[in-house]
Amino acid sequence: MKVKSQNVQGWLLFAPAAILLIAFTHYPTIATFINSLFTNSSVIRPSRFSGFESYQNLASDPVFWKVLVNNTWLALGTIPTSIALAIIMALIVNKAIPGRGFLRMAYFTPTMLPMIAVANIWLFFYAPEIGLLDKFLEIFGVESHNWLGDPATVLPSIIVMTIWKEAGFFMIFYLAGLQTISPELEEAAKLEGSSRWNYFWRIQFPLLLPTTLFVFINAFLNSFKLVDHLFVLTKGGPDNASNLILYYIYETAFSFLDISYASALTVVLLIALALAALGQFFFIDKRVHYR
Amino acid sequence: MIISSLQRLRLGSSLELIGAYLLAIFWIFPLLYAFWAAFHDTQYAVHFELFAPLTLDNFRDVMSQAPFIRYALNTFLVVSFLLPLQLVVSTLAAYAFAKFKFFGSNVAFVLVLVQLMITPEILIVQNYGTLANLGMVDTIAGIGLPYIASAFCIFLLRQTFKSIPKELEDAAQLEGCGTLGLLWRVYVPLAMPTYLAFSLVSLSHHWNNFLWPLIVTNSVETRPLTVGLGIFGAPESGVDWSLISAATLLSVAPLLIAFLLFQKQFVQSFMQAGIK
Repeated sequence: MKVKSQNVQGWLLFAPAAILLIAFTHYPTIATFINSLFTNSSVIRPSRFSGFESYQNLASDPVFWKVLVNNTWLALGTIPTSIALAIIMALIVNKAIPGRGFLRMAYFTPTMLPMIAVANIWLFFYAPEIGLLDKFLEIFGVESHNWLGDPATVLPSIIVMTIWKEAGFFMIFYLAGLQTISPELEEAAKLEGSSRWNYFWRIQFPLLLPTTLFVFINAFLNSFKLVDHLFVLTKGGPDNASNLILYYIYETAFSFLDISYASALTVVLLIALALAALGQFFFIDKRVHYR
Repeated sequence: MIISSLQRLRLGSSLELIGAYLLAIFWIFPLLYAFWAAFHDTQYAVHFELFAPLTLDNFRDVMSQAPFIRYALNTFLVVSFLLPLQLVVSTLAAYAFAKFKFFGSNVAFVLVLVQLMITPEILIVQNYGTLANLGMVDTIAGIGLPYIASAFCIFLLRQTFKSIPKELEDAAQLEGCGTLGLLWRVYVPLAMPTYLAFSLVSLSHHWNNFLWPLIVTNSVETRPLTVGLGIFGAPESGVDWSLISAATLLSVAPLLIAFLLFQKQFVQSFMQAGIK
């Protein structure tokens, strides 16, 4: 085929996707950055260039630092634990044990629920006095506690819920990873008298490393993107103790109508995601080396 | 010696089995409890009683308080217009990347992949502005529009298309297939498993999507299930656990039933989508 016709046909086929991607991904990314450099326009005062004023405001905004810290804790609290649980679940379900179908279903089902529904269910668990958690702890003589109303316990409570929702999802990727490991390796390890534990750490875990990196990046992205539950559980409270950056962006833009500041916040979020993207490149690199 | 190690092995694996089941029960318990609460009076949700009388009142009350049928219809409309468009737009783009060496195709592909990271929900502020300019706020189409071009779908299909043997293509061209004929007769049929995988992933993602639909919609005629449930669950409406459980169950039922019926396909689709 001629080069020219390749060009024309290729671009024609790509055009619909290209237009939509530019309109809803690339243009808004650039516009967000530009908007963050201008003041909000109003009826009486048009928008004017303000340079990095929004970012200076960010630096002196305690809520901004609070949400960044919260996001970090959320990532630290959810990612390692849900990865560990996902590996355990995958190892369980990968074996021929009785009731395997039920186990897989039980582990995976929370993944199919919308975060809003998950929040509704767990809201009841965490309710002070009448909630299941308090009822359960009452047996051991632990006093009632307002889990979501106490700044000290609200984030850990949300972390537990998020792990419940996500571990089964990550299990799937580990299951796929485990199935690519040749069963001969296990037989060889058995013949050598290697313990299960040894086999896991020396063979399975290293071979699952690409999966772990993939899951890690996914979990990292999710820790920034998932804020639905805050609408039901806490609205970011008490006193921003459970607020997250995307929820703060939502509040700033749609409740306080401060587009300029919301744009500056979004730029920070984009930078966090760009870091993840760099990680992804690194990961793809690694995978190529392995082969 | 041999006997004792065998016993230890058996004990070890039965302990593992117990652990596996305990974890499963712990994992499924929240959902089971919501299920139980939805069919019982609120007083029993708070004071659990195994043989408390069953009731359907909660569902009746939910239906009379909020138009969940309408919400379900809206969600259904969103996914059923979005998915076919996603598939068509992405198929064309993936075909372009897999088969044509067009000018700038490598750069363009990297720009497509940007959307894997920067998903539309990150850019809610700007995208809401765009939607307002298009006059599409509070429309079903507006809920789906930013998601029609899916980098994920383009990526999956491109990988699949690239793996299709050249011989098939040559044979089709000998038979007189044009560019689009080749796509329709050779590429698309051979990529069916990928289409199924993406469809199930997309379906569950958009059935459950919340933040963007929340921002875009503000009327009963457009509000999807998740947003309806979010509003229903708001503490201002007073906390009635059985009622909330019933509403939650109603909202998740369609997808959950589909998942339970086609569990294998769902799990395999998620697996396949993850490996690529």
